[in-house]
Amino acid sequence: MKGNEALAEAAIRSGCRHFFGYPITPQTEVAAYMAKRMPKIGGTYMQAESEVAAINMILGSASAGVRAMTSSSSPGISLKGEGISYIAGSDLPCLIINVQRGGPGLGGIQPSQADYWQATKATGHGDFQILVFAPSTVQEMVDTVADAYDMAEKYRMPAMILADGMLGQMMEPVVFEDKEYVPAEKPWATNGHGFKRERNVTNTLYLTPNELEKRVVDRFKRYEIVKENEPRVECLGTEDADIIVVAYGATSRIVKSAVKSAREQGIKAGVIRPITLWPFPDKAIAAAADTAKAFLCVEMSMGQMVDDVRLAVNGKKDVHFFGRTGGVIPTPAEVLEQIKKIAGGVK
Amino acid sequence: MSEVVFDRPKSLIDVTFHYCPGCTHGIIHRLVAEVMDELGVEGKAVGVASVGCSVMSYDYFSCDFVQAPHGRAPAVATGLKRSLPDSVVFTYQGDGDLAAIGTAETVHAATRGENITVIFVNNAIYGMTGGQMAPTTLPGQVTQTTPYGRDTNLAGYPVRVCEMLATLDGVALAQRVTVDNVKHIREAKKAIKKAFENQINKKGFSIVEILSTCPTNWGLTPVKALDWLRDNMIPYYPLGVYKEKE
Repeated sequence: MKGNEALAEAAIRSGCRHFFGYPITPQTEVAAYMAKRMPKIGGTYMQAESEVAAINMILGSASAGVRAMTSSSSPGISLKGEGISYIAGSDLPCLIINVQRGGPGLGGIQPSQADYWQATKATGHGDFQILVFAPSTVQEMVDTVADAYDMAEKYRMPAMILADGMLGQMMEPVVFEDKEYVPAEKPWATNGHGFKRERNVTNTLYLTPNELEKRVVDRFKRYEIVKENEPRVECLGTEDADIIVVAYGATSRIVKSAVKSAREQGIKAGVIRPITLWPFPDKAIAAAADTAKAFLCVEMSMGQMVDDVRLAVNGKKDVHFFGRTGGVIPTPAEVLEQIKKIAGGVK
Repeated sequence: MSEVVFDRPKSLIDVTFHYCPGCTHGIIHRLVAEVMDELGVEGKAVGVASVGCSVMSYDYFSCDFVQAPHGRAPAVATGLKRSLPDSVVFTYQGDGDLAAIGTAETVHAATRGENITVIFVNNAIYGMTGGQMAPTTLPGQVTQTTPYGRDTNLAGYPVRVCEMLATLDGVALAQRVTVDNVKHIREAKKAIKKAFENQINKKGFSIVEILSTCPTNWGLTPVKALDWLRDNMIPYYPLGVYKEKE
């Protein structure tokens, strides 16, 4: 199944019945799949007039208490930034897909990872975070969707799956686990009080500084719990590795094959693959910094996640970077060359 | 035994409005609340507040409420209504919100025939930010950002929202009213009620534009502001039904 279509099917199986989107390459198959399926299962597919409108439809739909989803690619996510800030500030759960392409501006339509900063640091204005998942296979994308919804609802915050054009467009076999979706209680939903409860208001406006500060501080206390409990990471060969290569998403697959070649050539290399980009698995990296000799971060960008790797390593070891950008995909040979170069230096 | 013949509508919360003295938001809030009471929809109503003076309308209506980003109320209302088809969803928006930053959301919710009710308060100025030019500011009108009067060569012409939306097939009702006297207030209430009934009867997008005053930013007393509305706004924005689906 194609990555984009698998994402859409997984969302439907996770209880999503409300999709609001806008066409943009390379994620359009998500919308096309939703347009085909939603009318048959009593759901809503809507092509909004803009990305801005689509994310605000999500704000309404999420506030109503249903599982809503929107999907886009890099330039479109920039437009959604306003709405994401409001959704986060309203403590609403929803699922946002970003099938990244090259930027800035209109950029290109080939795979990229240049939206890491945007996803993890500045999806919109104000003090807030969203959950960011970075699957590396079509199967993992499928498995992530239900978890993303569950966590978004548990912590009452937006969740994003940060894919890229490669994952969205590639075809791989997938297995869908048939789990029945049981909607969680949402006592906060603005779905009409029916005179049975106090009225609910979804709001982000607090004109008294102390009140706004308290809301933000309370939200950040929740983020601390997320950071404590939810980081996900895959570690391969890190126990005895001299060089640890850090990569996420599609790039991690290229890195794994380069690391395998390095091992065959006698270089003790290992892989750390962050699966959640926020919360970032900094403890796993910090632990590895005690045993490894050097780090290499590989991204399809000019170096964005490498900032978080450096923070986690905290100066204990050198952190090198290798990246290709603009839609250029790094090759295993290029990564291997970098590993060898570093290995020459650390010996 | 005395009988109560006039009381606060149940759909309005018993708090003091933050609106300036003489501002017609108060009358319009009351009319919307009276209509909600009469149709018995408070329990299944979800209001969508906009950005501007009416941003805090969520503090005044007793139904569930969502505060939308600037201009996005019709999109937020779309998400709500599509998720809760049996609820009664209305937006309450000013002219800057609806006819400038939210033009796309307004036009497309209208052309989709989105089954929502839009209460559009047009006072020809940005009130909350202190009196700047609005999309509905009249030619020659002095505001903070048109200090020499709105020059149409520089700032273009005002938007006539009802006339524009009346061209769209999805619109069930586009009507312009005002609240400058008792007769007009009664007509305004009738229009608002029709706009809510249309939604209940699944007729599609209904918008009621209410010409309103802003004594503070117009720099006029409440009484003179009503005169200004009659002398200047009504001639440019004629009252009436611009579109009504049978």
